Amino acid sequence: MEKILQVKDLNISFHTFSGEVKAIRGVNFDLMKGETLAIVGESGSGKSVTTKAIMRLLPEHNSEIKSGEILFEGKDLAKLTDKQMQKIRGHDISMIFQDPMTSLNPTMKISNQIMEPLIKHQNMSKHAAKARAIDLLKLVGIPKPEIRVNQYPHQFSGGMRQRVVIAIALACNPKILIADEPTTALDVTIQAQILELMKDLQKKIDTSIIFITHDLGVVANVADRVAVMYGGKIVEIGTADEIFYNPQHPYTWGLISSMPDLETESEELYSIPGTPPDLLDPPKGDAFAPRNPYVMKIDLEQEPPFFKVSDTHYAATWLLHPNAPKVEPPEVVKRRQSQFPSIREGK
Amino acid sequence: MAKYIMKRIVYMIITLFIVASLTFFLMKLIPGSPFNNFEKLSEVQQNILLDKYGLKDPVPVQYFHYMVNMVKGDLGVSFQFDNTPVTELLVNRVGPSAQLGLQAMVVGAIIGIILGVLAALKQNTWIDYLCTFIAVVGKSIPSFIFAGLMQYYIAVKLGWLPVMLWRGPEYTILPTIALAMFPISIAARFMRTEMVEVLGSDYITLAKAKGASSFQISVKHALRNALIPVVTVLGPLAVSLMTGSLVIEQIFGVPGIGEQFVKSINVNDYPVIMGTNILFAVLFVIVTLIVDLLYGIIDPRIRISGGKS
Amino acid sequence: MTTKENTISKDMFVPAHVDPAKSEKIAKKSLNFWQDSWLRVRKNKGAVICLVILVVLIIMAFVGPLLTPYSYDTQTTKYNNLPPRIQGLEDVHWLPFDGTLTRKDGTEYNAYEVRKVDAYYWFGTDNLGRDIFARLWKGTQVSLFIAFMAALVDMLIGVTYGAVSGYLGGRVDSIMQRIIEVIVGIPNLIIVVLMILVLKPGIIPIIVALTITGWTSMARVVRGQVLKFKNQEFVLAAKTLGASDLSIIFKHMIPNMFGIIIINTMFSIPNAIFFEAFLSFIGLGLQEPHASLGTLVNDGFKSMIAFPYQMIIPSIMIALIMVCFNLVADGLRDALDPKMRD
Repeated sequence: MEKILQVKDLNISFHTFSGEVKAIRGVNFDLMKGETLAIVGESGSGKSVTTKAIMRLLPEHNSEIKSGEILFEGKDLAKLTDKQMQKIRGHDISMIFQDPMTSLNPTMKISNQIMEPLIKHQNMSKHAAKARAIDLLKLVGIPKPEIRVNQYPHQFSGGMRQRVVIAIALACNPKILIADEPTTALDVTIQAQILELMKDLQKKIDTSIIFITHDLGVVANVADRVAVMYGGKIVEIGTADEIFYNPQHPYTWGLISSMPDLETESEELYSIPGTPPDLLDPPKGDAFAPRNPYVMKIDLEQEPPFFKVSDTHYAATWLLHPNAPKVEPPEVVKRRQSQFPSIREGK
Repeated sequence: MAKYIMKRIVYMIITLFIVASLTFFLMKLIPGSPFNNFEKLSEVQQNILLDKYGLKDPVPVQYFHYMVNMVKGDLGVSFQFDNTPVTELLVNRVGPSAQLGLQAMVVGAIIGIILGVLAALKQNTWIDYLCTFIAVVGKSIPSFIFAGLMQYYIAVKLGWLPVMLWRGPEYTILPTIALAMFPISIAARFMRTEMVEVLGSDYITLAKAKGASSFQISVKHALRNALIPVVTVLGPLAVSLMTGSLVIEQIFGVPGIGEQFVKSINVNDYPVIMGTNILFAVLFVIVTLIVDLLYGIIDPRIRISGGKS
Repeated sequence: MTTKENTISKDMFVPAHVDPAKSEKIAKKSLNFWQDSWLRVRKNKGAVICLVILVVLIIMAFVGPLLTPYSYDTQTTKYNNLPPRIQGLEDVHWLPFDGTLTRKDGTEYNAYEVRKVDAYYWFGTDNLGRDIFARLWKGTQVSLFIAFMAALVDMLIGVTYGAVSGYLGGRVDSIMQRIIEVIVGIPNLIIVVLMILVLKPGIIPIIVALTITGWTSMARVVRGQVLKFKNQEFVLAAKTLGASDLSIIFKHMIPNMFGIIIINTMFSIPNAIFFEAFLSFIGLGLQEPHASLGTLVNDGFKSMIAFPYQMIIPSIMIALIMVCFNLVADGLRDALDPKMRD
């Protein structure tokens, strides 16, 4: 498969009053053509920062890409000028945001907001752009698009607004679509509709999607591959099946244990103890160590490298080191592993 | 909307009625007659004058006459300017005051908005600090202090502009600047805050993600949204201009309503004081109403229902 | 994605113990409202500097008149209109304290030498020969007194009115709010001018005139807060425990509004100073021989061309006080406003 985007050893820092916050600490991943990659992790794990960096939407005055490359079609996005970047945004890569209630301009008609990228990137006439805007609204399932297109955002419900945002993002048939928690702010029923819509549209226009979420249920629904982030790093990456049925990193174990499923017997859901690491002063060794029930001495001394589980599956935990003791993963994880032993064998 | 406007107009009328009554009765409470200043007059002459102006009638009668005449647009006659009707005095004086007020408002709003936008776009640079400085100084220091200092340093010492009077465009520059300092500071400060907030909002990020240039973003997306709330400060600004113009006109010898008002206070010319008060009150309620309605029109989100909080 | 060599010794792979309490420990010391606020105000250097300047000015407003041998109301017409002259600084020509004046033709002369005056009037004298240094501090004292009193009365009326209106609610509230709406609808300029005309200029009349319209903003703010607190659990809890209405308002609600009340008061002080000066300008200020900053500036205007220092010195004082009060108020607002808390 063709790689459309490669992120190589990305390091990003924010300069705050209290000091330098190392928000992203050496992130690597590839995005294949046509696939959906989900990035999961809790707040502050760096998933949004990573994607904002790809779009170069980080605030200029206090953020800095310290090192690393973001290769898109051979170009390093981190080194493009603002002008060059403007041509890529909305055209080749576009983005959907978390809160549809605030991501549309309240004083601009829907039509103008959809037409903007069309006129900018495809040199469409106003007339053609408007016709396309109506088509797009129809595509994302908004009834009576001819009337709705002339309305203002406050006349739309949250779910409808998110559809408009998706229409804007898809206006120029982007090669990559970044969805930053697109369903978090929506009702559960609307969530499902939006997810369906995105899957549908992906097939229609053959785009790659980076899907950011903290909701593993959503991930199971949409993702081909999953990257788990913790403390500004990717700690485990693999196909969706591998992550769900053969997780290796104790943090992934924790995430999966804290996800309710039909077979969960105990009354109480598991929660990972402790709080995310302070990235102002990242801990020596593994950032997850203080919350890791399987912590070893080495975790407190040295950061774990990536250990290969299969060709597509890697995890950064010392537990995979040949010298490490065998540990018993939590019940839920063991049950999942036993459900699909084939994945476990690496096939 | 129509109901809201009606309600506001009723309030306006109540307010004006109260102002007029208050003005009238407080004037009546003032000890001494307006002719005390004319010491040359004998007792007999004073009596004739009091009769002539109906000042010997019982107070309720005077009040009734005053209110009826006021509704007709007759505010009585001035004592100090030989029986000239107050309405005529005010009309004759309204030109310079209106010109000065408008100039100050326009200059203040334009400079203030530009400063505020630049400060927001270039946060933590010299222009931002300049904006903050102007905002603090302009808001804190009374306009008559500026007027005095400018009059001395720019007109008297440097001789760049006329010291006072009102004889041509160059005469209007110093009073306009002095009066505009407050609007500039308020508009700049408000605009900066609004602009910073808008620039940090999600829809600006989405506009960026669409590939819009920074110029398009600041003008097409941010400016309009940031400008809307600025309308709300226009009302208080107009009022501050009315207050400020009293002293500014006096300092620069501008033949406006304010200067006449101050003169009238010093010689107890009640009809002119009352008339000016009522004019100010009318202007004040109209400006407040216009600003509120304007806000509803500009912002598509706002549906005015009932009063504002 | 590399796998490292097996160079790590085996004993590194034994389970380690991490004290969970360590990561949960609270790093910050717990602070009460005033300590926390002070910490925040302290971060704002401008506000702290202004606060220091204000304290110095307030002390000087009382001490200042005692520092000079001249009294603020003694007229020495022989020595009128003398420019500022300060011992030691008089030889520094670029400072305006050398006792010189400029004639109409632009030449300078030393007024003290020409008029054979052997005295030092630090800030000069006015046209009646009164010492401006003494008058300036006396005027500052009076202006500050008027401003503080007006702000205090505003606060008392506003808090009471707002608390009653908000707490009682219903019809009482709506009538009280209509009254405020009407008062706010009348330009305060008009009321202040009328009141002074009726009451005759003086310190108390000016304070009364200022407070007649001044309390409304405080009343609105306090009412808003009371409405907000009324349905919060701590108030409901106090009610269930049988606390009286008064004790709920004064013991439970008002302490939670200290920040907002202080901010509002801090903004009404410079406002009162402004109106006092403004009244002096339109001829409704304090009468001679009393001095306030407003009357000093107004008097200075009359002889501005020949004796500019008479206008400039009190102007600078007003400007300084106003800027300082505004910056301190801004600093307090940033520090105390709960909305800004992180």
